[in-house]
Amino acid sequence: MQEHIERRQTVASGLPLIESGMPVIRIEPSKGWISLKLRELWEYRELLYFLTWRDVKVRYKQTVLGAAWAVIQPFFTMVVFSLFFGRLAKVPSDGIPYPIFSYTALVPWTFFANGLNQAVYGMVSHANLIKKVYFPRLAIPISKVLAGVIDFFLAFAVLLAMMLAYGIVPTVNVVWLPLFLLLALVTSLGVGLWLSAMNVQFRDVGYTVPFITQFWLFATPIAYPSSLLSEPWRTLYGINPMAGVVEGFRWALLGTNTAPGPIIVLSSVMALVLLVSGAFYFRRMERTFADVV
Amino acid sequence: MGDISVYVENLSKQYHISGPLKKYETLRDTLADACAAPFRRAVKLLRGQATGAAELDQTIWALKDVSLEIRQGEVVGIIGRNGAGKSTLLKILSRITEPTAGFAEIRGRVGSLLEVGTGFHQELTGRENIYLNGAILGMTRREIKHKFDEIVTFAEVEKFIDTPVKHYSSGMYLRLAFAVAAHLEPEILLVDEVLAVGDATFQKKCLNKMEDVGQQGRTVLFVSHTMPAVTRLCERTILLDEGHVLQDGPSYQVVSTYLTSGLGTTAAREWPDLAKAPGNHIVRLCAVRVRTEDGLVTETVDIRRPVGIEIEYEVLESGYALWPHFTLHNEEGIRVLVSFDLDPTWRGRPRPAGHYVSTGWIPGNFLSEAMMIIGTGVRTEEPKILHFYERDTVAFQVVDSLDGDSARGDYGGRMGGIVRPLLRWGTQFSSNGREADTMVTETANANQGGTA
Repeated sequence: MQEHIERRQTVASGLPLIESGMPVIRIEPSKGWISLKLRELWEYRELLYFLTWRDVKVRYKQTVLGAAWAVIQPFFTMVVFSLFFGRLAKVPSDGIPYPIFSYTALVPWTFFANGLNQAVYGMVSHANLIKKVYFPRLAIPISKVLAGVIDFFLAFAVLLAMMLAYGIVPTVNVVWLPLFLLLALVTSLGVGLWLSAMNVQFRDVGYTVPFITQFWLFATPIAYPSSLLSEPWRTLYGINPMAGVVEGFRWALLGTNTAPGPIIVLSSVMALVLLVSGAFYFRRMERTFADVV
Repeated sequence: MGDISVYVENLSKQYHISGPLKKYETLRDTLADACAAPFRRAVKLLRGQATGAAELDQTIWALKDVSLEIRQGEVVGIIGRNGAGKSTLLKILSRITEPTAGFAEIRGRVGSLLEVGTGFHQELTGRENIYLNGAILGMTRREIKHKFDEIVTFAEVEKFIDTPVKHYSSGMYLRLAFAVAAHLEPEILLVDEVLAVGDATFQKKCLNKMEDVGQQGRTVLFVSHTMPAVTRLCERTILLDEGHVLQDGPSYQVVSTYLTSGLGTTAAREWPDLAKAPGNHIVRLCAVRVRTEDGLVTETVDIRRPVGIEIEYEVLESGYALWPHFTLHNEEGIRVLVSFDLDPTWRGRPRPAGHYVSTGWIPGNFLSEAMMIIGTGVRTEEPKILHFYERDTVAFQVVDSLDGDSARGDYGGRMGGIVRPLLRWGTQFSSNGREADTMVTETANANQGGTA
């Protein structure tokens, strides 16, 4: 160890490494939990932009319906939900017409579920890139989730049209909407980071994603209102960050008189925990990505 | 010489590989392990220990205690056999994979030509791919914009720049991909000969670009199997073997060590331990030798004399019709020929277990003066099984002693070519002077000269 340090010093003093102003990159094995290197990620923001842009651009290439797919998915789920839960099962909907009630929740849900899906499979489908070029690997799941924002806006435009048709005017709380979208994004990315890093090691994880999203869909108050639960259980529902997102959307757009404050605080904390832990886990697993993917 | 641009100290990289399968005594043990394994792996996964899907319990050192100093502006070749650690070294220096021990310091931006075309998307146009690929390689948008026209001109795809690359020919695709990578202008360029795909002109373009880069005072690390390219482009060469630096010095010295020592390829190679020899439970390779007509094992072969490639193998399981074969590549990696054992005694006949020696004879006055590298294999056609194919088993040098009775005649200069048969020439002479048809040929030649 002593010798090691001494030799390092001779290198540093013997050679003017910094003099010419070129950055010196040190390559060495990393140990334990490593830093997120957010600054480096920022330096690669153009790559992040291009990866996102590429995903948006190619997502619906060589499809007949093109971007309509962004709307079809939540819209038809809404139709099915309205028929079975709204008409047949007579599930309550906080006094809002059921189709609007469920579609308002399905728009952010679809964004979350697709983002998660793309993020998890993204690492493996970019195996070639990972094995051949260096860049912060975090850029892949982030770009995958970000690319879904465009789809979200398309589906959201349909939501606005539906509200117009039903004569529902958004409340002033609509200014909070971007925050709820951000919450959905953070949740999607948080879970996506965990699962994508695992999926590089074991493809089993990829197979579980459809199950996870399916269960999660019913564990989130999408087809039914959270007001079915009594306090304090309703607030505890916020442990599922998507419950906060969905309640927030309904509150901001439809004015359901359920002040979602505590749920959203809890959901936000949960989402942040998922994101931060996911990012650290991802970084820890990252060093072997190129070897095992 | 400039400052140090790459400093490597005791760099090591360990890979996990799967060992021999565990043998279970009883079905119960097997089942117990099958049930326990998923939990064991899941716990490892959650603790952030990378294991991969297989139980990788054996390790190999792809690189072990490699130390180097490369100065700015040096063009350094890295040679060694397959698995010597060349590509691993480049991967670590380009930060794709982490070392297990030791460290490296790199000054300046690293660009690598290991990734020609990586990140290209079939559905995007050439223009879009230039931006995307540039960003992946670490260029800023402004840089790409600045060099855009240059890249397009270099790649010769002006007309198709707004066409999705899936409609490109493979040549256009490669040219575009290379053009982007070549315009990265990093301080340190890492080149893996994997780039040696594409046609000869393209390869030449790659090599020329590398020469340019070297002359601009940038540092180049060039991994190659192509010895003439190494000696031409690099002043200094590093020879790696089994993860160690074996020799580091002037290219001509290191290349000759590589070619003459048993490290590169020699005239005879034997696998004394049958269990570790190339092959499977049906057939295993014992030895490959280059022999002259007199039965001598030789590394140099007179261009006029036939040369025999002798394959010695052990058939362990009877009942398969075998096709022993060999391939000949020259040192530029061009495949010269493939030949199957056509001995009528054994052709299409299932062979009993036992020891075999098959020799294929390449006629004299056929190969060109070059290093010939032989790959050896045995296959079965029905059912289709490739029992083994071992690259670079043996090699020999074809030499011309300039006695005047080879295809060279009395010419002493460089001839090139893949084969050099001694052709039968005939020349007819007539003393009637010029005739009409000779006149026509001459005018045609004159026209060609005019347009060229």
